[in-house]
Amino acid sequence: MDKLNNIIEKVREHQRIDIDEGLALFRQADFLTLARLADQKRFHLHPDKMVSYVVDRNINYTNICASGCRFCAFFFFFYQGQGRGYIISKQDLFDKIQETIDLGGTQILLQGGMHPDLGIDYYVDLLGYIKENFDIHIHGFSPPEIDFIAKKSSLSISETLSILKKAGLDSIPGGGAEILCDDVRQKVSPNKCSSAEWLEVMRQAHGLGMRSSATMMFGHLEKEFHVFEHMDKIRTLQDETHGFTAFIPWTFQPDNTKISVKKKTGVEYLRILAMSRLFLDNIDNIQASWVTQGDKIAQTALFFGANDMGSTMIEENVVASAGVDFMLSKEELTRLITMAGFEPRQRDCYYHLL
Amino acid sequence: MKKLPPELDMSVSTFTDKRLKSIFLNVLNGSRLSREDGICIYETHDLIGLGQMANHVRRSLHGNKAFYIYNQHLNYTNICKNRCRFCAYARDRKEKGAYAWSIEEIEKRLLDRIDEPVKELHIVGGLNVDLKFEYFIDLLKTVKRVRPEATIKAFTSVEIDYLSNLAGLSLEETIQRLKDAGLEMMPGGGAEVLNSRIHKELFPKKIGHERWLEIVRAVHQAGIKTNATMLYGHIETIEERVDHLVTLRELQDETGGFSAFIPLAFHSENTQLSHIPPTTAMDDLKNVAAARLMLDNFDHIKAYWVMIGEKLAQVALSFGADDLDGTIIEERITHMAGAKSAIGLTKDQMVNMITKAGFVPVERDSFYHPIN
Repeated sequence: MDKLNNIIEKVREHQRIDIDEGLALFRQADFLTLARLADQKRFHLHPDKMVSYVVDRNINYTNICASGCRFCAFFFFFYQGQGRGYIISKQDLFDKIQETIDLGGTQILLQGGMHPDLGIDYYVDLLGYIKENFDIHIHGFSPPEIDFIAKKSSLSISETLSILKKAGLDSIPGGGAEILCDDVRQKVSPNKCSSAEWLEVMRQAHGLGMRSSATMMFGHLEKEFHVFEHMDKIRTLQDETHGFTAFIPWTFQPDNTKISVKKKTGVEYLRILAMSRLFLDNIDNIQASWVTQGDKIAQTALFFGANDMGSTMIEENVVASAGVDFMLSKEELTRLITMAGFEPRQRDCYYHLL
Repeated sequence: MKKLPPELDMSVSTFTDKRLKSIFLNVLNGSRLSREDGICIYETHDLIGLGQMANHVRRSLHGNKAFYIYNQHLNYTNICKNRCRFCAYARDRKEKGAYAWSIEEIEKRLLDRIDEPVKELHIVGGLNVDLKFEYFIDLLKTVKRVRPEATIKAFTSVEIDYLSNLAGLSLEETIQRLKDAGLEMMPGGGAEVLNSRIHKELFPKKIGHERWLEIVRAVHQAGIKTNATMLYGHIETIEERVDHLVTLRELQDETGGFSAFIPLAFHSENTQLSHIPPTTAMDDLKNVAAARLMLDNFDHIKAYWVMIGEKLAQVALSFGADDLDGTIIEERITHMAGAKSAIGLTKDQMVNMITKAGFVPVERDSFYHPIN
């Protein structure tokens, strides 16, 4: 008990805690104590009673993917034959972006599968086409995609990022991190980049002046300590680069996937969310995941360390294909924030309020 | 002022709404909270502080236990002459989708699930003028015959009032007849908000709050326990909510006949009030916490997962709730009004939710006796 109190004291004095201390706090602290500590940390970093959100659209340029991750219900593994796979047409892309802008959107989240036939030229053309036609922020290509494009085109990570940046890529989403421990990755996404490669993409991107988010998908085959190892790796890189804008933990959605586990409950999500606010002392923003948790837990998350509601997600396909289809309009998103006693503020990708 | 033990002192020192401190001291001293305290509880934005207070009360009453029951709902008819504005369930007799189950159909529904360990039958329905008083007696007797080991929890005060008129019997005599036929407990529905303004606006044809209280009092005096509810999230004010809780608390002082209180989140879809947005988690959790703090003479507060969703009901166990209600297969009424929750939960899911929230699951019967 004394040990727990010492950790609590440390957290309240804004001292950094290590993996063991994080684990002890996570395992022993009462649910509402964790909430209060995370809430205090959140207000220490963001004293104003505001909660931000972004208006954007998730555009999946292809659902054909060579990765075949066992936790995925969306992407179409490339050698399974033809029929359900697609690559987005320029007309569709144009219409989707135009609609996003018409709805007050400021960015698109451009992600796809690791399509075995697409090299860097495809991506350069894609980015160029968007930038020629629209003034919109492109948040695109998570590290596994960057890594895949680099290998496919025999380029270094740094060359790949430079080329994409020049073609119009503005920032990198933190997806594909799953759990940054290779023993877990071997089990759930053996064909995806390693944890070191994921981190290297982010290091290089930050070095080129591109910002990124970081995510964590938990609730599959990881153990508790993996969660903290994951956060520790993110925190260490952030000390070096200061390139991460936000951390977004979410829970694995087991429906239609090859991993058979019980779905994490709301309380388990909120405990991890609170721990991420406490552990990641060098990351400004923690995002609630209404896409995986639903509106009620997402609103509750605002009292468990989250200061951002994420995106209105004009379109979301990946999580929806794993059996979750919560939808929130901008009006509903801002109502949730207001009803929780906060002022809703639309932001851009850099968390600047608009 | 009494000195607080260190762990409570820590909670109090972190309240972001300092008004909560004096309320909590009253709670700790066992002083009853006032109407003003209740209003403050609903007004505050310090959700975690509120949770800490309610959780303290909840844990001192029930420790780590969280209850649930294996139950079955029987909504015997949706034909109802009341047509309350907040209801998506009721139909007129000739309307599409209108139904009334015969006694044979009810028996069949019971037999369909006879291999399941159902401990309680929750039976409520509309005020259907085609059904005779004998139907209800027959209904209870049939259920008791088919499922002798399960408790019959049936009929809200609204139905009791109706049945008394239908039978042409006094309230006491009506209750006695139903009791003789097998009625053992009553749910808490039909109270809505105990307030004449809301009564007039939303459910003018249904009994008003004086009659609701009169019936519950008579039921309690007949030795039948009931629950109590409040339908929130429509047109009611904070003051009206608090008055509702205070009214229930007073009746409970008098009769001691209430078992659990259940806050019911209004669902507007397919109702005449469909312009009203759904309740949010903030409001749902506040209603649970407010109930736990204000209703100091109620043993149990339920988080009704059908209305607030499974995920939030689990969270509510740390905001004052000690009971997740039932596994409930075939919930109809709230789902007609757009509820997104599951139609039923398995025992495994219930146990998992409770365990993962850090509580010990206790399967109970209708009277909160543990089932082994």
